[in-house]
Amino acid sequence: MSEVLVLVDHVDGEVKKVTFELLSAARRLGEPAAVVVGAPGSAAKAKESLARFGAAKVYVAESDEAASLLVTPKVDVLAALVGSASPAAVLVSATAEGKEVAGRLAVRVGSGVLADVVDLDGEGVATQSVFGGAYTVKAKVTTGVPVISVRPGAVEAEEAAGAAAEETVEVPSVDPARAVRITRREPVTGGDRPELTEASVVVSGGRGVGSADNFALVEKLADVLGGAVGASRAAVDSGYYPHQFQVGQTGKTVAPQLYIALGISGAIQHRAGMQTSKTIVAVNKDPEAPIFEIADFGVVGDLFQVAPQLTEEITKRRG
Amino acid sequence: MNIVVLVKQVPDTNSERRLTDSDHTLDRASADVVLDEINERAVEEALRLQEAHGGEVTVVTMGPDSATDALRKALSMGADKAVHLSDAALHGSDAVQTARALAKVIGTVEGVDLVLAGNEATDGRMGAVPAMVAEVLGLPALTHARKVEVDGSTVRVERETDEGVAFVEAALPALVSVGEKINEPRYPSFKGIMAAKKKPVTTLGLADAGIDAAEVGLANAATTVVEAAPKPPRSGGQKVEDAGDGGVRIAEFLAAQKLI
Ligand SMILES: Cc1cc2nc3c(=O)[nH]c(=O)nc-3n(C[C@H](O)[C@H](O)[C@H](O)COP(=O)(O)OP(=O)(O)OC[C@H]3O[C@@H](n4cnc5c(N)ncnc54)[C@H](O)[C@@H]3O)c2cc1C
Ligand SMILES: Nc1ncnc2c1ncn2[C@@H]1O[C@H](COP(=O)(O)O)[C@@H](O)[C@H]1O
Repeated sequence: MSEVLVLVDHVDGEVKKVTFELLSAARRLGEPAAVVVGAPGSAAKAKESLARFGAAKVYVAESDEAASLLVTPKVDVLAALVGSASPAAVLVSATAEGKEVAGRLAVRVGSGVLADVVDLDGEGVATQSVFGGAYTVKAKVTTGVPVISVRPGAVEAEEAAGAAAEETVEVPSVDPARAVRITRREPVTGGDRPELTEASVVVSGGRGVGSADNFALVEKLADVLGGAVGASRAAVDSGYYPHQFQVGQTGKTVAPQLYIALGISGAIQHRAGMQTSKTIVAVNKDPEAPIFEIADFGVVGDLFQVAPQLTEEITKRRG
Repeated sequence: MNIVVLVKQVPDTNSERRLTDSDHTLDRASADVVLDEINERAVEEALRLQEAHGGEVTVVTMGPDSATDALRKALSMGADKAVHLSDAALHGSDAVQTARALAKVIGTVEGVDLVLAGNEATDGRMGAVPAMVAEVLGLPALTHARKVEVDGSTVRVERETDEGVAFVEAALPALVSVGEKINEPRYPSFKGIMAAKKKPVTTLGLADAGIDAAEVGLANAATTVVEAAPKPPRSGGQKVEDAGDGGVRIAEFLAAQKLI
């Protein structure tokens, strides 16, 4: 059976959930081989969880440069492995970095690339959801080793024991003229809430929330529901909430079980990032707000009355 | 410092966007098309860098004849000249082909120190073409910038992604893609709009850019769409007026749906 390369998404060996999803998708196409590119010691930390999710092999590509240079070492290592292992496909996570790795790898090895795939079958046919979920497209790579980035949260992660046999691979040194050096990092501190794209409940606030302080009300509702907090672009632009929580066309795409929109008008660009949510609830004082066109349950009212009452009622019901 | 800005004309996100039934490519005829907002930000950043460091700003696009309007918009903001790669054979090109073709066009502009682009287009959302262009050209790719600084022959960028902020640097020549938070693009002035009419726009066909027809277009793409179907639009459900019990009503709805 052919190998399927999975680029491990990790921070200092701490493996992100999307990697387990990729390993699960990889099993449909062949034998998953995890590729750890990072600082020395990363793979040792990652190995146990990779084995638990079915990695038959773990390629260990470690060096100081692998961690201090942007993207290029990952492309270099994968390109070398595409040459030596002739994999059936290469899977990476469809994050900002993963999409770049995939695109550059495809250029390097002369393959086709598919981005932000939400499903993948055993024949290599990928499903994509485009224009904010307005279209479902099925596509295939027809030239070279398929390079595919998979949207986090789209494929179910399933445990399966794997041997995780280690194999060391070299990290090629990067031409200084082409290298992008990372001089400092300020990682986002996640806090206790689930990640926006992984959460089963998302509570978002819009311009109607009115201030950064008032966002506490959005957070409180999210917290009783065990959910993540999102924001419209207008709320982000007004400085109420940080950019990384923006939902929509130019922000995150979310598809939780439950999406609650507070003080969000429901502009087409916001809907593009949340309209495939299972259930949508909206609170808006304008009965004509377009968000009501897609809400399963809408309350025309003041969010400062309705949201705290909802938070209290849920707490009460939980007893 | 000479700067090339890669700009793309896209269907307006405010209009309904469609794929054609015949070959599943973007239906450009049915939508209003505009210069993608993120590219206005890329042009704005180029103009600010030009104000600080001098040099020329050239905007480059690959797209159908109508894409000239996107170039004119960038010129009216203040860019100096434009190059338009337009050829029927380019229809349906995939990301790899697009990156290779854009790299060829950049090659026709003399003495380029910096290539600027948007981080992600609102139509395809590949989020990769700039990095792929850099890969073809052998340039360092500093993507998702929320701040750009050029200091001698070094470019420094604050890169903002889900992981947080990374402070990165590389040697020029380089490619930088900008994110939504980088700046507020200027509006073209009346004077700018008038001046843009006289600025040079070079239109290149495949042969002019040295691109082999066998390397581009739908028939030679390395990916193919097997099927595409519109999702039925979502419809609204129940809407109630808050009579002092709005929060309780939502809780009842959620409980009935087994969501709490
Ligand atoms: C290229 C492009 C990309 C974009 N990308 C995104 C994106 O990724 N995400 C995004 O969200 N937007 C995006 N937008 C912007 C989008 O068009 C809207 O401007 C934005 O979504 C509006 O945010 P809002 O609903 O919070 O604000 P508004 O449209 O101002 O709506 C605020 C709402 O709050 C209601 N309200 C006010 N006070 C109260 C109260 N006390 N109680 C209840 N309701 C109240 C009002 O009735 C109103 O409906 C994009 C636009 C463009 C052009
Ligand atoms: N056809 C094109 N012509 C010019 N620039 C493009 C084209 N396609 C993509 N780009 C550039 O690449 C950026 C990101 O696009 P994408 O990778 O397709 O999401 C855009 O904002 C443009 O700057």
